[in-house]
Amino acid sequence: MIAFERSEALRYLGYHGTQPDAAVEQAIDRCAEELQSAAIPKSVFQAFELTHLAEGTMKLGGVLIRSKNLARTLKGCTSVYLMAATLGIGVDRLITRASAVRMSDAVIYQAIAAAMIEAYCDEINDTLRHEAERVGLYCRPRFSPGYGDFRIEHQRDFSRLLDTPKKIGLTVTESCLLVPIKSVTAVIGLSNTPQPCHRKGCEECSKTDCAFRR
Amino acid sequence: MNIMQKLGREWLFFDGGTGTILQSRGLAAGELPETWNLTHPEEIVSLHCSYLQAGCDIINTNTFGANALKYPENLREIVEAAVAHAKKARAMSGRSDAYIALDIGPTGRLLQPMGDLPFEDAVALFGEVVRIGAAAGADLVMIETMSDSYEAKAAVLAAKENCDLPVFATMIFDEKGKMLTGGTVDSVVAMLEGLRVDALGVNCGLGPVQMKPIVQRLTEVSSLPIIVTPNAGLPRSENGQTVFDIDPDAFAQYMADIADMGVQVLGGCCGTTPDHIRCMIEACRTKAVAPVIKKHRTVVSSFSQAVEIGKAPVIIGERINPTGKSKFKAALRENNIEYILAEGLAQEDNGAHILDVNVGLPEIDEPEMMARVVTRLQSVLALPLQIDTSNIEAMERGMRLYNGKPMINSVNGKAESMRAVFPLVKKYGGVVVGLTLDENGIPDTAEGRVAIARRIYETAACYDIPREDIVIDGLAMTISSDSRSALVTLETLRRVRDELGGHTILGVSNISFGLPQREIINANFFTMALQNGLSCAIINPNADVMMRSYRAFLALTDQDPQCSGYIAAYGNQPAAAPQVVSHVTMSLGESIERGMSERAVQATREALANIAPLDLVNSELIPALDRVGKGFEKGTIFLPQLLMSAEAAKAAFEVVKDAMKGAPQQSRGKIILATVKGDIHDIGKNIVKVLLENYGYQVIDLGKDVDPAMIVRTVMKEQVRLVGLSALMTTTVVSMEQTIRLLREQKPDVKIVVGGAVLTQDYADSIGADCYARDAMATVHYAEQIFGK
Repeated sequence: MIAFERSEALRYLGYHGTQPDAAVEQAIDRCAEELQSAAIPKSVFQAFELTHLAEGTMKLGGVLIRSKNLARTLKGCTSVYLMAATLGIGVDRLITRASAVRMSDAVIYQAIAAAMIEAYCDEINDTLRHEAERVGLYCRPRFSPGYGDFRIEHQRDFSRLLDTPKKIGLTVTESCLLVPIKSVTAVIGLSNTPQPCHRKGCEECSKTDCAFRR
Repeated sequence: MNIMQKLGREWLFFDGGTGTILQSRGLAAGELPETWNLTHPEEIVSLHCSYLQAGCDIINTNTFGANALKYPENLREIVEAAVAHAKKARAMSGRSDAYIALDIGPTGRLLQPMGDLPFEDAVALFGEVVRIGAAAGADLVMIETMSDSYEAKAAVLAAKENCDLPVFATMIFDEKGKMLTGGTVDSVVAMLEGLRVDALGVNCGLGPVQMKPIVQRLTEVSSLPIIVTPNAGLPRSENGQTVFDIDPDAFAQYMADIADMGVQVLGGCCGTTPDHIRCMIEACRTKAVAPVIKKHRTVVSSFSQAVEIGKAPVIIGERINPTGKSKFKAALRENNIEYILAEGLAQEDNGAHILDVNVGLPEIDEPEMMARVVTRLQSVLALPLQIDTSNIEAMERGMRLYNGKPMINSVNGKAESMRAVFPLVKKYGGVVVGLTLDENGIPDTAEGRVAIARRIYETAACYDIPREDIVIDGLAMTISSDSRSALVTLETLRRVRDELGGHTILGVSNISFGLPQREIINANFFTMALQNGLSCAIINPNADVMMRSYRAFLALTDQDPQCSGYIAAYGNQPAAAPQVVSHVTMSLGESIERGMSERAVQATREALANIAPLDLVNSELIPALDRVGKGFEKGTIFLPQLLMSAEAAKAAFEVVKDAMKGAPQQSRGKIILATVKGDIHDIGKNIVKVLLENYGYQVIDLGKDVDPAMIVRTVMKEQVRLVGLSALMTTTVVSMEQTIRLLREQKPDVKIVVGGAVLTQDYADSIGADCYARDAMATVHYAEQIFGK
């Protein structure tokens, strides 16, 4: 059971503050129930050393990363957690199945599952925050390949570093897409000082005309 | 001594962890362990030596992740070195009695259609490793840690096709007994036994304690020697690193318990060390090895489900078949796989256990169509499939690509038929339907049919196909031409059961061919056949009357505890046939706007009593769609409602089409839709498709991950003027650009509309598209521009 934000799911469906009608509300309830039983959330994480080399260049688990956005997020960190999480292939099947018979369900599944994987990642983040705090470290917000100038090709590195195909069944396609589709890989910086500003997601993204921007 | 002479007669012990030990010796996270075959040969040899000294009989080469995806440059070198190190360790340890297993793990990629690795590519990748490893001197192939049954099948086929070595295969299950892609012990054992591996089992993922229920189930269903190689407990995170908790003594105790459960091969996986293996061998070697017991179960399976034949009667849905169905034929000709999927899903919802798949039509490429339909069906449906064709090439394509152990329809008593079909069953596995006819036709006595059944069993045995993998078709022939025929069929069923101990199947509805009100005869004959021992019925599960017979039979013969299945199906229904009476009147337009499909169908039927079909479309249907479309664009109606309305409109259109039967169907234009090469996110494309179809366009949906050349080919062949492309990520917009370039070269006059999350007007302009569609309605408007309103 993943407690997801219904308002997030509605946002992905294009409802900006408007309430859906009763039929759509019912469909959302029904789809959410199906998804809860189809999803088998799994995750893996591991701590890695981080070295800042030059402006906007870092080395992480032997991987060279060039990204100003990531460098800003990880400023002052000497280690990171890499995490990967997935809702499992059952969700892909559910969406594929709905696409064949009832597309309205497919888009609702899609939106709820997106909210679910976010909520699941938040849960993992909480665990990591507690683990870090026990040794006196503070977590930065999670940052994923594909955000800003952080190249999506790094999905492949993270999958390898965390051995995600074997551990949680998360694979990367030739074109760097994650399968199962509702999956996330992310970096979480660890620093000695707490950072009050927890900017994440939309605020870091340069696509300001996005229909789903908060 | 060949390992096969020992397997199942004496204990065989595998080694323990490789990756986890190399990590403790300095292998970095993310570093590929197989590179150590070249960079740290002495470490690999010494690891093998310590396992051999611990007493194990089989060592795994350090080739778990060795395939051309990870080692495009030096695969041969890596694998040959791995086998050489194992051989060297064997010689150094003086253990000439030990065996070297060529270790094969998963590719790390997910197979199509869920992922992007084609099945045959996976077979080729594994095949390459097998050829190198076998030539280098491995004694057996060990396929392990498979979390996807489909990939396991690719690996087993590759091993069988590229060497003569024994093949072992172990899967990884979670605590609920599921593989990552949904497989269960029952489903995967059926598949692996069908593929004729030599031993099977479970490894990794769990510790010995959590593995026990899985081992228990393996011993109940498997007829092959069983391998158990757990981790040293469940992995746990400590300071961000993975650790395993069970020490060698505890591990040995747990493994001793497992040894008593009736398994034949033991070993360790992640976190286990030579000490674990030494203690395990000490604790187990003096125990008696349980004999391998044949279970004689008749099982077919899908990626996630196993259906046992011979217990409760099994329903096989017959609707995926073009015979006598003009819409189905049209779907095949137009390559409209969605239509076929919908037929399959409806039967699943209505209670079918297995689906018959027949896509034979003289004018289509049946092997190609069988491959496509089987692949798509098994990506959305959990039911096992029955591959139904007389085209041997189509049969083989279907069986090869099938993710599980299929049912095959059919073989018959003709020598030629058995010569063609049995080798396929032997190679790919399957439960095959044996028709009781031969060169002399269909015997008109049960005696004659039983004799043919006997011959089918005997011939199958020569191909090493056991009796339980055959189901005899007693042949239902219409009583309208021979009034004795039902009796002959029923007698055949009884005698196959009683005299041959076999299972039976019938295409039930053939019994009434040529008679009026066929369902009356069908349903009653069905009950009689069940009473005479029928194991599988090929029927239409969407026909209530047939399912009523079935559920009543189960309830009446103590096969439905507390009548719960019966009550679940009929408990909430009024006794009389439900008469749909609606007191609320709602116009067709309103029901479409509110997205109420059933109401829209009813309103259409009512309206058609007074108004011509085309007038209804123009006065009600289209205006309603337009109102919804406008609302969506204004932001008063949202995506789910837009689609629900589209679905209601579609349902109404179906009724209109039926009313216009015979009149030529007009399409406003042909449009190709495709999600570009490399991209597997096709939801946006699918939304556009629903809307375009609503507006009367014929959509040729090429699916996702579509090769540019395929799109160009289809544009040429179908003379298409508009192509819609979708791509989700910047990485896949690249192949969108390539597709556009190729289209411009080959067919400069075709118009191209693009959409997808990362696209913008500027981006679309820069890759040379004619139109950027920011949402689904935008594509509809562009189509109207191209084809005229």
